Amino acid sequence: MTTFQSSVRLMLRCIVIAFVIFIHDNAKARDANAAFVREIAPGVYAHQGAVALMNAENRGDIANIGFVVGEKCVAVIDAGGSLEVGRALLAALRQITDKPICFVVNTHVHPDHIFGDGAFVAPGVTFVGHKNLPRALAQRGAFYKKSFRPMIGALADEAVIVTPTLTVDGERTLDLGGRALTVRSWRTAHTDNDVSVFDTASGVIFTGDLVFLRHTPVVDGSLLGFLSVVGDLEKIPAKLAVPGHGPIGVDWPAALQAEKTYLETLTKDLRRLVKSGERVDRAAQEAAQSEKSKWSLFDDYNPRNATAGFAELEWE
Amino acid sequence: MVRGNLLAGSLVALMACSGALALDRPDLWPGLAKDIFASKAISKDADIATLEAPARAEDAAIVPMTINLAKPATQVRKATLVIDQNPAPMAASFTIGANSGLTQISTRVRVNDYTEVHLVSETTDGSLHMVERFVKAAGGCSAPSVKSLDEANANIGQMKFRTIAASDLGDARRREAQIMIRHPNNSGLQMDQVTRLYIPARYIDQVKVTQGDDLIFQMEGGISISEDPNFRFTFVPNGSKTITVEAHDTDGKVWRSQFPIEGAS
Ligand SMILES: [Zn+2]
Repeated sequence: MTTFQSSVRLMLRCIVIAFVIFIHDNAKARDANAAFVREIAPGVYAHQGAVALMNAENRGDIANIGFVVGEKCVAVIDAGGSLEVGRALLAALRQITDKPICFVVNTHVHPDHIFGDGAFVAPGVTFVGHKNLPRALAQRGAFYKKSFRPMIGALADEAVIVTPTLTVDGERTLDLGGRALTVRSWRTAHTDNDVSVFDTASGVIFTGDLVFLRHTPVVDGSLLGFLSVVGDLEKIPAKLAVPGHGPIGVDWPAALQAEKTYLETLTKDLRRLVKSGERVDRAAQEAAQSEKSKWSLFDDYNPRNATAGFAELEWE
Repeated sequence: MVRGNLLAGSLVALMACSGALALDRPDLWPGLAKDIFASKAISKDADIATLEAPARAEDAAIVPMTINLAKPATQVRKATLVIDQNPAPMAASFTIGANSGLTQISTRVRVNDYTEVHLVSETTDGSLHMVERFVKAAGGCSAPSVKSLDEANANIGQMKFRTIAASDLGDARRREAQIMIRHPNNSGLQMDQVTRLYIPARYIDQVKVTQGDDLIFQMEGGISISEDPNFRFTFVPNGSKTITVEAHDTDGKVWRSQFPIEGAS
């Protein structure tokens, strides 16, 4: 096939995709904005993203995001994987309350959680994140906008990287008026810039990607750190969780169990492979295969976790 | 509204697809070959050395590469790894000790994008030989940057050595060993416009591994080598009791460690 023919073919495929998106968009537009989120506890709303990789069809809507309404104002927790998702969350929020938004907490640096930030930039809105988040955004922001272009096209271009002006090192309380949110920064785990958000009033914890359900956990920080943080999270007296990916409003701390088993299995397998002198590329294909049937996107993420985990455990 | 949606939808789909089209990247190799190897002729042949690289990078920050030297290994004086699409394509250049018995060396590199990877071997007669592999970029949120800069900086310069009980290395005397060096190997960051942050570049630019007075290998490298540089290699013990590793970084810091060679006479 000549380059010209393949280009024409690709163009045709693109037109078909465009049409599919057009139908999809209209169906979506008919849905009430408010249905974008679910009230999982009084004043606590969350949206469940698709368990998938970011692509043009899901508009980057793959992470769980939400907001908490206080007497005085509202805190948004993650803005989603595109400006469009951020705007959908904002529209849903405005159907529910006209109180001002005072905080946007970014649970960590990953694009599916922050590319929607631009929808919330306004006077009076403070962006909140881990003390390492500004550095991580500086190191990765531009790279992500470029590397996600083949997957989500213009949505990557229009993403605005917003640097938090309120950073957390330890714990920080956000006052929403009659309602306090505790933002806690963690040691390197899923990334080196993870925070969780705990609403004492309802007992709901937004974990960001410190907790995965269904979606294969992703280790982009430290495998051993992740395991240790899971142990600490278990002690938090929450009732319900909004994990970074998978079902929302799930029982706590039961929500941690599947991920804990995965991380333990991966660690155990990798230790054995390191000890036997296996090479990293082979280890990446072998480790944690017993977990495969339990998770979505396993082949997309497990070899990657195993690669990074192997390099980490070699130092033990 | 309907019209607006159609337009927006089409636009996104076309952009998404043009992203796919953009995968036909310009061929940087002719220019790189000229710059790095001073316009010397490079023959494309796999008789001298071969390169094992994954078809797809699993983690953009840790992509294993293995160089295999064909027999007789002593023929190769220098093996250079070039990752065409990386910001600093010249990833590593390994000078091989003439009496080292080294037949294989593996390391881990960062891969930013879909890229050709070239291995150019220089033989004792001065001629250059090249093999190439194509590596697809890691998808998703994988980034070719340091995973935990604080920890990496805290443990900088720490070294670990181990010998690996290997199976068949083609010679009963041959051993396999691994050297690991804690270092962020950070590409640094110019003043970032959004965050106003500046992170200086700091990376290992030279590693020298010897047994007694004999060189096993010496590496000159850059920021394409993964954090915590890691080298796994074969060698034939020359009777020395220890292996010496000396690492040098761009801040001028030198770390030197000695490790006993198991079963050395
Ligand atoms: Zn994440």
